[in-house]
Amino acid sequence: MAAQLASGAVGRRLGDRVILAATIALAIVMVLPMLWAVGLSLKSNAELLVDTNSVLKAPWTLRNYYDILIGSGVFRWLLNSIIVSVGMSLGVLALSSLAGYGFARLEFPGRNVIFVLVLFGLAIPEQAVILVRHQLFSDLDLHNTYAGLMLPGMSAPFGVFLMTQYFKAIPTEVDEAAMLDNASRFKIFWRVLLPMTLPAQATLGIFTFLHAWNDYWWPLVSGTNEQMYTLTVGIASTQMNFAESAGLGYLMAQAVFAGLPILIVYMFFQKYIVRAVSGAAT
Amino acid sequence: MLYVAPFLFLYVTLLVYPLFAGFWLSLHKADFFGGSRFVGLENFVRLSNDKVFIGAVGNTFYFILLTVPALAIIGLGLALALNRTTRTAAFLRGVFFSSSVLSVTIVTLLWKVVFAPDGGFLANLFEAFGKQPVAFLSDADLALPAIAITTIWWCIGLPMMLFLAALQQVPRELYEAAALDNAGRWKTLWNVTLPSIRRTFALVVIIEVVLQFQLFGQAYLMTQGGPNNASRPLVLFIFEVGFTRWDVGYAVAAGQILFGLIAIAAMAQYFVARRKEAF
Repeated sequence: MAAQLASGAVGRRLGDRVILAATIALAIVMVLPMLWAVGLSLKSNAELLVDTNSVLKAPWTLRNYYDILIGSGVFRWLLNSIIVSVGMSLGVLALSSLAGYGFARLEFPGRNVIFVLVLFGLAIPEQAVILVRHQLFSDLDLHNTYAGLMLPGMSAPFGVFLMTQYFKAIPTEVDEAAMLDNASRFKIFWRVLLPMTLPAQATLGIFTFLHAWNDYWWPLVSGTNEQMYTLTVGIASTQMNFAESAGLGYLMAQAVFAGLPILIVYMFFQKYIVRAVSGAAT
Repeated sequence: MLYVAPFLFLYVTLLVYPLFAGFWLSLHKADFFGGSRFVGLENFVRLSNDKVFIGAVGNTFYFILLTVPALAIIGLGLALALNRTTRTAAFLRGVFFSSSVLSVTIVTLLWKVVFAPDGGFLANLFEAFGKQPVAFLSDADLALPAIAITTIWWCIGLPMMLFLAALQQVPRELYEAAALDNAGRWKTLWNVTLPSIRRTFALVVIIEVVLQFQLFGQAYLMTQGGPNNASRPLVLFIFEVGFTRWDVGYAVAAGQILFGLIAIAAMAQYFVARRKEAF
């Protein structure tokens, strides 16, 4: 009996090792493309033209990064991405918090019907509205402006849905207690309830930021002026003439340069980012 | 009402109005410069006879078939392997999710230099083993599978995390009971773990179907839909017709078809999410 148990435990431990080894192997496959790109970015373009296997041996160089620093649009694109992503996130947080509070706490005619109509919006894919939206923004002269890049993301109903659920989960006794202190409605919203929704704000903010940062189609058709490219669009514009003008090493350095900020943010806020992304999906 | 108004204003002007204007526009022959003429359902008749459109719909379904089962099964496998509290597991979870935060343009740039027939990572590997390098992205049979591999690499983090969250919810008592019965690893997996996360499995499949339906950037940036239309998905078709040929009414009509298909999947998601117990 004891021997049987022991052999079971050994088998279990061996199985664990095999699974761990397989997972680590897969993780290596996972990071290989990234390492390959970093390697290429550290080689001179001339050398890569001859043989890309030269990545494995010296000399390595930071020349490509230097070239980016002195003469590339990438800084402007980075700045644009930051402005658009932060702006859109703040806008979504403000609009969703106000609307979520309104739907959860206030009485007004047609409230439930309007809320259901807003929920229907969750099923509308961007691709179904993007052409008309594009014409609308042309008519309003909003293309190639920051507002034009930010506004479409603020019309998505997901945030309102999330915040309404969250406000509803806060017991109304909290409001009533504040009401006894003669607090105004806005003060209750601003000072009492809003701070209680911080976890939801974090989820929504991170989710919106990532979405804005990585969005491709809308900035591609709206911010068509090179000065208004976001990082995503800018990097895409350089790869259309792939390996022709700029050189492979330079292209890869740009990719690394563009990917690094978000990967660093990810390393620090991993827990929150994972929670936001998987929370938003379900 | 004042609290709700700012959002409602944007919602109506930027989402609801474009949707209904789109219904109307899809009944017109319209170009970008404002010329427009009512043609009834002609755009939809044209779509049903358009070989490129039909091919694009076919490619989209083929792409879903290539990616969604792989994402669900690999995601589940990773979640089962990494559902433990060790630091190694936490680190590996971070690795598998890291690609998800990159934007599509960086992802495609990375994978183009993996697939490139001339000096690409795989080409070098093939040569090292004395084989001819393969031009994945310019081969009609391999282009879409190559895009699928790129996409699986990019998107594997989300299914893994959703499965991990579900595994945390499985009641401990079930495992304790299984241990009392001396059930082995496989038996426990088969009789306890998998039945407990069935609903999550269905959710992951539907979420990924909706996501992969919208394939656009990878195809646009890696193959431009080629060679010979072999890797053009539905959304890329809409983009090209609408924003490069400016045949706006026609593109919007194709967008309605996409909307219908996604709405069906979204409805399925709603029902699965609702049926908490029965599933």
